[in-house]
Amino acid sequence: MSKYSIFSLVRNAISYHENWAAAWRSPEPKQEYDVLIIGGGGHGLATAYYLAKEHGMTNIAVLEKGWIGGGNTGRNTTIVRSNYLWDESAHLYEKSMKLWEGLSQDLNYNVMFSQRGVYNLGHNLQDMRDIQRRVNANRLNGIDGHVVTPEEIKRAIPEINIDQGCRYPILGASFQPRGGVARHDAVAWGFARGADLRGVDIIQNCEVTAIRQENGAVTGVETTRGSINAKKIGVVVAGHCSVLAEMAGFRMPIESHPLQALVSEPIKPVINTVIMSNAVHGYISQSDKGDLVIGAGIDSYNGYGQRGSFPTIEHTVAAICEMFPIFRRVRMNRQWGGIVDTAPDACPIIGNTSVKGLYFNCGWGTGGFKATPGSGWVFAHNVATGEPHELNRPFALDRFVTGFLIDEHGAAGVAH
Amino acid sequence: MSQRFRTGQGGRIDREQEIEFTFNGKPYTGMIGDTLCSALLANGVHLVGRSWKYHRPRGVVSAGAEEPNALFQLEKGNRTIPNARGTQVELYPDLDASSVNCWPNLDFDLLSVNSWFSRLMPAGFYYKTFMWPKSMWLKYEHFIRKASGLGVAPREPDPDRYEHSHRHCDVLVVGGGVAGLSAALVAARAGARVVVADEQSEFGGLTLASRAQIDGVEAARWIDDAVAELRGMTEVTLLPRSTVFGYHDYNFLTINQRLTDHLPLTERFGGREKLWQVRAHQVVLATGAAERPLIFANNDRPGIMLASAVSTYTNRYAVKPGSRAVVFTNNDSAYQSALDLNAAGVEVTAVVDARSDSTSEIANTVRNSGIEVLNGSVVVDTAGRKHLRSVQVMRLSADGSSVSGNRKSFDCDLLAISGGWSPVVHLNAQSGASPVWDDEAAMFCPGEPTQAQVSAGGANGTLDLPGCLREGAAAGANAANACGLEAKLAVPAAEQVDSEAILPLWALPSPYTRGRGPKAFIDLQNDVGVADIELAVREGFQSVEHVKRYTAMGFGTDQGKLGNINGMGILAQTMGQTIAATGTTTYRPNYTPVSFGAFAGQNLGEHLFDPARKTAMHGWHEENGASFEDVGQWKRPWYYPRKGESLDDAVNRECLAVRESVGILDASTLGKIEVRGPDAARFLEMIYTNNWMKLEIGKGRYGFMLGEDGMVMDDGVTIRIGEDHFLMHTTTGGAAGVLAWMERWLQTEWPEMEVFLTSVTDHWATAAVVGPKSRDVVSSVCDGIDFLAAAFPFMASKTGSIGDIECRVNRISFSGELAYEVNVPANYGRFMWEKLMQAGEPYDITPYGTETMHVLRAEKGYVIVGQDTDGSVTVDDLGLGWALSKTKQDFIGKRSLNRPDTLRKDRKQLVGLLTDDPATVIPEGAQLVNDPQAPLPMPMVGHVSSSYYSACCGHSIAMALVKGGHQRMGETVHAPLANGRVIKATITTPVFYDKEGSKPNA
Ligand SMILES: Cc1cc2nc3c(=O)[nH]c(=O)nc-3n(C[C@H](O)[C@H](O)[C@H](O)COP(=O)(O)OP(=O)(O)OC[C@H]3O[C@@H](n4cnc5c(N)ncnc54)[C@H](O)[C@@H]3O)c2cc1C
Repeated sequence: MSKYSIFSLVRNAISYHENWAAAWRSPEPKQEYDVLIIGGGGHGLATAYYLAKEHGMTNIAVLEKGWIGGGNTGRNTTIVRSNYLWDESAHLYEKSMKLWEGLSQDLNYNVMFSQRGVYNLGHNLQDMRDIQRRVNANRLNGIDGHVVTPEEIKRAIPEINIDQGCRYPILGASFQPRGGVARHDAVAWGFARGADLRGVDIIQNCEVTAIRQENGAVTGVETTRGSINAKKIGVVVAGHCSVLAEMAGFRMPIESHPLQALVSEPIKPVINTVIMSNAVHGYISQSDKGDLVIGAGIDSYNGYGQRGSFPTIEHTVAAICEMFPIFRRVRMNRQWGGIVDTAPDACPIIGNTSVKGLYFNCGWGTGGFKATPGSGWVFAHNVATGEPHELNRPFALDRFVTGFLIDEHGAAGVAH
Repeated sequence: MSQRFRTGQGGRIDREQEIEFTFNGKPYTGMIGDTLCSALLANGVHLVGRSWKYHRPRGVVSAGAEEPNALFQLEKGNRTIPNARGTQVELYPDLDASSVNCWPNLDFDLLSVNSWFSRLMPAGFYYKTFMWPKSMWLKYEHFIRKASGLGVAPREPDPDRYEHSHRHCDVLVVGGGVAGLSAALVAARAGARVVVADEQSEFGGLTLASRAQIDGVEAARWIDDAVAELRGMTEVTLLPRSTVFGYHDYNFLTINQRLTDHLPLTERFGGREKLWQVRAHQVVLATGAAERPLIFANNDRPGIMLASAVSTYTNRYAVKPGSRAVVFTNNDSAYQSALDLNAAGVEVTAVVDARSDSTSEIANTVRNSGIEVLNGSVVVDTAGRKHLRSVQVMRLSADGSSVSGNRKSFDCDLLAISGGWSPVVHLNAQSGASPVWDDEAAMFCPGEPTQAQVSAGGANGTLDLPGCLREGAAAGANAANACGLEAKLAVPAAEQVDSEAILPLWALPSPYTRGRGPKAFIDLQNDVGVADIELAVREGFQSVEHVKRYTAMGFGTDQGKLGNINGMGILAQTMGQTIAATGTTTYRPNYTPVSFGAFAGQNLGEHLFDPARKTAMHGWHEENGASFEDVGQWKRPWYYPRKGESLDDAVNRECLAVRESVGILDASTLGKIEVRGPDAARFLEMIYTNNWMKLEIGKGRYGFMLGEDGMVMDDGVTIRIGEDHFLMHTTTGGAAGVLAWMERWLQTEWPEMEVFLTSVTDHWATAAVVGPKSRDVVSSVCDGIDFLAAAFPFMASKTGSIGDIECRVNRISFSGELAYEVNVPANYGRFMWEKLMQAGEPYDITPYGTETMHVLRAEKGYVIVGQDTDGSVTVDDLGLGWALSKTKQDFIGKRSLNRPDTLRKDRKQLVGLLTDDPATVIPEGAQLVNDPQAPLPMPMVGHVSSSYYSACCGHSIAMALVKGGHQRMGETVHAPLANGRVIKATITTPVFYDKEGSKPNA
């Protein structure tokens, strides 16, 4: 497999791009693997990649029911930040941030990680107290960020409305300069290519329909492409984790909800950073192609249909037009939804289960894209060693029994 | 006449009304009835834009929503519109259009150098490079961003208004072509409430460009008559310029109607767009079919146009889209375009037909009119940089896999192409169906509907006129019948024209080595060519969704309407599989782009974006100079600054006034919920952590509500008004959530309980009169209540009157002072308030806001849920364990209180903090550490949740949540601030004032 670079691009241009190798093979599934990863989203592929890279395990298959990256990985608004409130989450997301910072080079695949900064807006006095608290915590945890005034926001984002007379005026924001966005599809493809290169089999159109176990330990899975044996199985299926848990005979404290996003037609650059507002439910950035990428708040009902309700879109667009009155004449090109897996404390569940050899990584809800490399990295450790890494130990499933919740709802106002 | 390419007669334009417009600063003229594109073509303007990636010169290819090239920036200033599709822009006087995404100008575009480097820029090239050095990515990206994007967003706020309208109907007919009109006529005649929406300014669809006859008259006449009949029926709503752009569950469809964009700027009054949300009993999808291009080398030159668009421009707009034409097709329909061109006086040099033979009547008509028909031939290349000059034709092998023989060149400036037709299945697919590939017709047809819906006419794959009329009428009849009406089927008559089968062709065979010849484009806007798809497949991107994402095919503003089906055909071809197995990408809303303003509608601004809630006394607060704070949806007085006072000055004054004499606070915003029914007390036992069964009538009690996780969720005083009747108070921001929460428990877990909940928050106006003199003030205003301490003790509630008005007075206190809360029906709120102010005059009664309220309660160590708690705090953490019933069997959250983590000794617990310097106020949100010298990440032991200067105590006070804080009284913690300063503080109890708590009982 040739290394990607401007030189290989030129070389291949000369031969009319006829000699590029496949970014990943499409092998037939083997009878048995050391590890099966169920779910070919970013998290599943990253897990396989780090299992191979960090733990030398290569007899691995990633089983994806559709096409890799087709779940939330390919549907999200791609916001990356690590300025979470609680130590446990801050350390996990910061690990991920550090991996992002070298990811294109590590994968030899340009994931277009673009540190254009993330603003989390505050619209009332309590928002501002929470922002102060979070930024203080971030700083002491070694995570960049500061609190900015409406005027500073206006200087960075000239198009924003900071009129104090509007319904929910902007009183300030937290700003994380190292935050930003990345190209979501490229993340899946880059990890897939990197994993494949190290011998991982990526098997698409392969839906897991049953999880086999004997004496309390996993022995393999049934799939739409036959049965496959393995003594270790990592489940990374986001919105469908309850379905897989049911196959394994237990329940997950997860609710699956639609979450919607939309893009405008491509326009010349107007927004050069990422702006998020939880209070009015609207998030916006501009892609390299020129589309305004806008995320909504969660749809309140549960379901597995990848479409949300229209009022949510109306509300989000109104919120964006409040913040950016100039966008009313810009047009929405496309709108879609994904299914997000939300845990009661808005934090992920990563670790062992009651079934030996069966590991789950889920509950990332509305905000797991940013965690993709870190999630894969800690989960690989967990699957390889059978024991959680220090970074993911707090996120064990049994916290819903012990009560060790990491509530990122209230104070952190987590969204994407 | 400057419109050199206008035909002498015909068309649906108004020749009396010549109008002026500009394109790229140059003046032109057109007619009312033109689109921007038809007017440009009438003036012989063919180069209208540049492509996104290689900046190749591009012209108009279509006459509708599928247009990828003719995108314009319309107008300047606050009314500018980026990326307007010129094929759908109606021409109006003084229209100002310019090309997007070219620099310095359209004719000479510097970025067309990209074209030279295009070999370095195949699909997905950016994933393979721009990685070194690492630090440079943002720089590379800066240039990438500058080069991408099409039009520009307005820089000024939009002056226009947008509206919403909601509608129920029996039958929604989407598309007002002949199939839709037939459906509407039959359904409406049966008495159905019908809505017909069409994206164009005129009903009639493609048939407007047809010279056929319906019911014995010219098609255009029949259309006019049909529209007139529909317009005359009261139950019919005709929506022109209205795009149905979304099809959601339960036959809920969204329509964007454009009301003013077709008018001159000076005549635009009223709403610009209206967003209709329609719930239809039955939906008829008559969205027609769209023609596909053919894919060959250099198929993107200005002058290469869909054959149907050629007919539309000649017949409907009376424009000659060229002077000398070649027609290139693989099916019969384009022959009509040859005849149309001929009739309009355009020379047609040849019809190139990929099929080895064409014997249908229309083919022979074309031959008989003297036009050469080259069967078994295909166009293999073209020439002409900014306008087509010639096309080259070769023989196609019998199996269609290769070309041979000499290249024959034909000079022409117009190439009309037809690669077959694709039903517009977008809405059918959005509604939940999967399009089905029909191999014989070579098209994706609508899938089995999952909602009450039928597709008719072109949208259903029926391409002949009589068939469309027949299907439309039948669909209308069935829809009406399904609504319980009795429809009479009446099918308009039209002549059946036989046609021969299509020869499906995807990537055409070419004389060039595969992948090495000139580019053959599939997605014109995003410059995706055949070689890009082949490359994607080679690199393992083989799912149709991967191909789309890797190559950007179909991501443009036309969303792949023009090219995607060809793309899927080519993908299937490359993969050696069937198109059915390849499938389509997902069809998503919006069918065509819709202004953000239309979605937002009127739900904007101070008043209508989530309307603010104001209390009955709001006007008084405003008149008296209050500064306001947003709390939940409410506007609450924050403080009442007097002239020259800062926030701190005002709050210090207000605090002292309350403690020393009397103050008054508008407490109307606190949530109020009536809990009634035989099981009301039992219900409260479950909702709150303390006991409620024995509470006396006329007494109130403070209670905590927990989430299932045992964490504090809300708090407040609930008063027992009768045996089965309670009035619950909640926090201001929590009211709606608490009501929903309690309803959820009642409806899903305890349906056997007889309890009814009613929100009465805005039924009552509440004034809290607080301070040592409060009794004097309240008792002089409220009649019929014995205010003696013995008769009206703390936590009691009594009813009385203020004049003729009933009132309820609760003796509760959130300040630690003697205090009364007076409630009257909300419309008397201001009356009550003024009475109290009057009565308080002798005591210099002082109105105070939320800030003073916060300080007063902090002096007492009272928590505010949501400020001193954050969803991770228990009642024990707050040091208020007395509020947890030890005797109750159960309450919500109880089980969680015994979890190991909840029992941990080092949980964050509520404490007070005192600074060494009494004037230093620790900023709220400060994190607390034991060792401020520790390296990062510095272990944190807590944070400051509330912090003020207390004028009353004469020093600063703070509340904080500190790990194991209850056991750390007297110890020191540090608050390291962002500016480098570290504030030292001593842990104390959070009660700073009246530690014995005797005052409220006075
Ligand atoms: C609209 C939207 C916006 C978002 N915005 C952001 C954001 O801005 N920032 C952010 O950090 N996060 C965001 N998120 C969340 C983020 O997308 C997800 O948390 C993250 O991508 C999850 O990655 P994953 O790999 O776990 O899941 P997925 O990408 O969903 O992958 C799971 C895979 O499992 C497969 N699968 C399921 N069942 C089976 C089975 N039985 N057998 C085999 N395979 C199966 C699925 O097909 C899927 O490909 C957003 C999400 C949505 C929906």
